[in-house]
Amino acid sequence: MARALINVPAKTKRGEVIAIKTLISHEMETGFRHSTIGVPIPRNIITSFVATYNKEEIFRAELFPAIAANPFITFYTVATESGTITFEWTGDNGFSATETAAITVE
Amino acid sequence: MKPGITKLGFVRSGALIAVLCIMTMHSTVAEIPLAERRSGYNLLSRETRAMQDDDTANPGMLWVLDGEALWRAKAGTAEKACADCHGDARETMKGVAARYPAFDPARGRPVDLEQRINICRSEQQKASPFAYESKDLLALTVYVARQSRGMPIEGTADERLKPFVDAGRALFTRRLGQLNLTCAQCHDDNWGRKLAGNPLPQAHPTGYPLYRLEWQTVGSLQRRLRNCLIGMRVEPYAYGSPEYVALETFLMWRARGLPVETPAVRP
Amino acid sequence: MDRHDGERRSRRGILKAAGALAAGCGAAMLVRPARATPASMQIAIRNVVGSAAVQQGKVTLDIPPLVENGSTVAVSVAVESPMTPTDYVKAIHIFTEKNPQPNVISIHLGPRAGRANVATRMRLVDTQKIVAIAELSNGSFWSDTADVIITLGACLEDVI
Repeated sequence: MARALINVPAKTKRGEVIAIKTLISHEMETGFRHSTIGVPIPRNIITSFVATYNKEEIFRAELFPAIAANPFITFYTVATESGTITFEWTGDNGFSATETAAITVE
Repeated sequence: MKPGITKLGFVRSGALIAVLCIMTMHSTVAEIPLAERRSGYNLLSRETRAMQDDDTANPGMLWVLDGEALWRAKAGTAEKACADCHGDARETMKGVAARYPAFDPARGRPVDLEQRINICRSEQQKASPFAYESKDLLALTVYVARQSRGMPIEGTADERLKPFVDAGRALFTRRLGQLNLTCAQCHDDNWGRKLAGNPLPQAHPTGYPLYRLEWQTVGSLQRRLRNCLIGMRVEPYAYGSPEYVALETFLMWRARGLPVETPAVRP
Repeated sequence: MDRHDGERRSRRGILKAAGALAAGCGAAMLVRPARATPASMQIAIRNVVGSAAVQQGKVTLDIPPLVENGSTVAVSVAVESPMTPTDYVKAIHIFTEKNPQPNVISIHLGPRAGRANVATRMRLVDTQKIVAIAELSNGSFWSDTADVIITLGACLEDVI
């Protein structure tokens, strides 16, 4: 499984806008490189990242080869209720990774 | 792509030739005064520094997580994990990276952290050693070195290391390669000045293994030294060569007192 | 493929391979492919925006003006918006002028975002212009552009 680092504030107040940072290990091979004898290296990237908050989608991104290796994405969401935020990455060659973070809203 | 003909390549070889001309005028090699030593961290842009400082944004931490898992995994015919002998790395590995390369009495020479891990792996765990720059070796090394973060590099007065520090210094100050450059000419005499648009660091290995933006992955000090040699147009030594270990020993002695930053981020 | 094999075996093919081998002894050689041009970036923008007009404003594209290494460049986009259910940012897109492909990332948001602000790290192949476009819930498009200069370190792995 690809390693991921998620930063979600553990405790927040209802209605507060919080920053969520995500980092996942992936080489993001662009498909534009060639080996030393001119053979193209095939593309292998994460193509999609979706975050859901208690099953409701709060963020979706379509990634292209221009995203740097080990994709780092920071976004915001409103802390509505306690629960689970789920992060899902999918990509080339059947790549799939899921992480969850608990959030407590007072 | 033909070397030297792109605009960037031309600028770079032009810059190197200019540096060469300046350097032939100064023939004295001066060691940086202790009080003036600075980590390459100080030359980073605001964004790159932010990458290093935030553990949830530092890509090197992904390897630290992998290393933590490897630390607890049983390996080899002895079915032992690092944790079985060394317990919690956060306690037992504190300070280790700050005093490596360390003298190995059984071998009569210093070994660096990667070599020490492989020695444990083959002798204690009875498993095959990791290849240099393999994901597993990097992960374990960066995990161990991370436990020394913030601690000052020792550069001990271990008498047994002295001949190797001297050998490393001899390599550092010897003219090498097609450009006939010494490491010292850039990193002792001209640190802070620009080469091909980027400032020259003093070259202290405070954060290894580190995430180099150029590599888009974590790499060891030996890999970086190879990059230096290639940049100087020197035939690089093979991984694990005594030349690298001597250089590492010298560089860590030269960086004594500076804090360990592993896993650092560098361009 | 057959054509490649035939080429490699021919004298010209062997010389080409030898040349490529001599030129790049590192792990992988970056052979510069056909780059995007300002025109292809406009086409990519049109694909997203359609026939609507793109206005300057509301969007702030934050990217360092001078970068040590083009392989990992921090970029962030902030859009002024109250992010209410009736007035929010639907999407944010980032484009480049000279990368092999003009698209960088396409982000879809909703009122639940609270703030239309996103940050990531991108690759830039050369000194160029970056464009960020935001689509609002009322169907309007807003943009911001930034110029970035890329430098390259002196001692790298491959002999370029």
